[in-house]
Amino acid sequence: MINLEPYGNPQYFVYLLIGLIPLMIGLYHGHRWRWYQSAVSLVFIFLMFDSQKWQQGVALIGFVIWEWLMVGGYMAYRKKANNRWIFYGAFLLSIVPLLFVKITPAINPGHTSLFGFLGISYLTFRSVGMIMEMRDGIIKEFHPMLFLEFLLFMPTISSGPIDRYRRWLDDYQKVPDREKYVGMIEKAVHYIFLGFMYKFLLAYLFGTMLVPKLETLTLRYGGTGFSWPLVGVMYAWSMYLFFDFAGYSLFAVAISYLMGIETPMNFNQPFRSHNLKDFWNRWHMTLSFWFRDFVFMRLVFAMMKNKIFKSRVTVSNVAYIFNMLIMGFWHGVTWYYIAYGLLHGVGLVVNDWWLRFKKKHRESIPHNKLTEAFAIFLTFNFVCFSFLLFSGFLSKLWLGHY
Amino acid sequence: MDVKETVISILNDLTGNDVSEDMDTNLFDSGLMDSMGSVQLLLELQSQLGVNVPVSEFVRSEWDTPNKIVTKVEGLVD
Repeated sequence: MINLEPYGNPQYFVYLLIGLIPLMIGLYHGHRWRWYQSAVSLVFIFLMFDSQKWQQGVALIGFVIWEWLMVGGYMAYRKKANNRWIFYGAFLLSIVPLLFVKITPAINPGHTSLFGFLGISYLTFRSVGMIMEMRDGIIKEFHPMLFLEFLLFMPTISSGPIDRYRRWLDDYQKVPDREKYVGMIEKAVHYIFLGFMYKFLLAYLFGTMLVPKLETLTLRYGGTGFSWPLVGVMYAWSMYLFFDFAGYSLFAVAISYLMGIETPMNFNQPFRSHNLKDFWNRWHMTLSFWFRDFVFMRLVFAMMKNKIFKSRVTVSNVAYIFNMLIMGFWHGVTWYYIAYGLLHGVGLVVNDWWLRFKKKHRESIPHNKLTEAFAIFLTFNFVCFSFLLFSGFLSKLWLGHY
Repeated sequence: MDVKETVISILNDLTGNDVSEDMDTNLFDSGLMDSMGSVQLLLELQSQLGVNVPVSEFVRSEWDTPNKIVTKVEGLVD
């Protein structure tokens, strides 16, 4: 049996395009053939999880049934009543599979959970977000089929971008007019070729050619402290991470566009950020916005409403640290992911303090091209350092294992 | 005070600026508002106008200028 890793090589796009052409002809003529879209999506999802990956496929099926029951069950309940504990229960149960997958390797090094499959975190975000919007009374209906079509939306199933149900449904239930659709196809073509350059050229250059060489140099001659090859690893790995993930995201957005769905973009020139807050508005945007809307803002809301802290500044600092720590844990229950989250949490607290200070002393602090360049330089280096931590290479260097 | 004036006074308090000077300025792009400010806005709307806006209702692109916010809130009061 063949197994096709999503966007794994340029050939994959040929297969995808062949599958999507009938759908595109339909959209061009103002029809969305849902049954065809579902069928072709299922074929490609099957090809991601068949053959040697069949166990992941079984886990995916189990996960989908579980989430369907949780989201559908909570909606049925929410129509009648709104007890907060039932909400907490539904929330917790819907993230249980993800918790198992994240915690198993931490307890049992070298083992992976049987519940795991590629993309589980991204699918969990989609369904947990729905449960929270149901609690808020913003989502009022559960459509058994539309839920599945949203959860399993094929272009973004493995690694996002993370779309929101209501936004997605708006797109899905209509067909873009011809002029707009042609524009979307043009963008898609552009994104695919840009993605080729990012993922198959630049990410390959940095990730496959440069990083391993620099890592070997560091391990052999660099010692455990500061060394120039280690600085090289930091920059090369950061570039690899960006081009690999941004390239993948461009593919996912492009294929969504071909299917007439405007999946949100994930990156917006993150290395041009002026400060850390700016960075999180440009880097892995759908993830950071998800955390902003479903973790940070809710936490701030609860803390301010219940007047837990007197000072607004304390509220936002606690929320920053908590938000980024959760994000760290989500990446994996490993010291360097958690440290990465904490570092960014503290970074945001410091950044906010600086912004307040700057606002207060607007007249006495110079602002010109040079200070802007310095701000970008500083942010870029802070971010690259955090990526070095994130890469796990320091663990390899200091502890001998990832 | 009518709804518009109340919203403007809330925004003035939150941003430390007089937002009525340019009602179409993008509050987020200009750095006057952030997620923290958004939540405070929602809480103030609740306490001063009795308007309940859940956090999930707050889609940034629909709440990013004083004019848009006024229109939103006016719609919710009626």
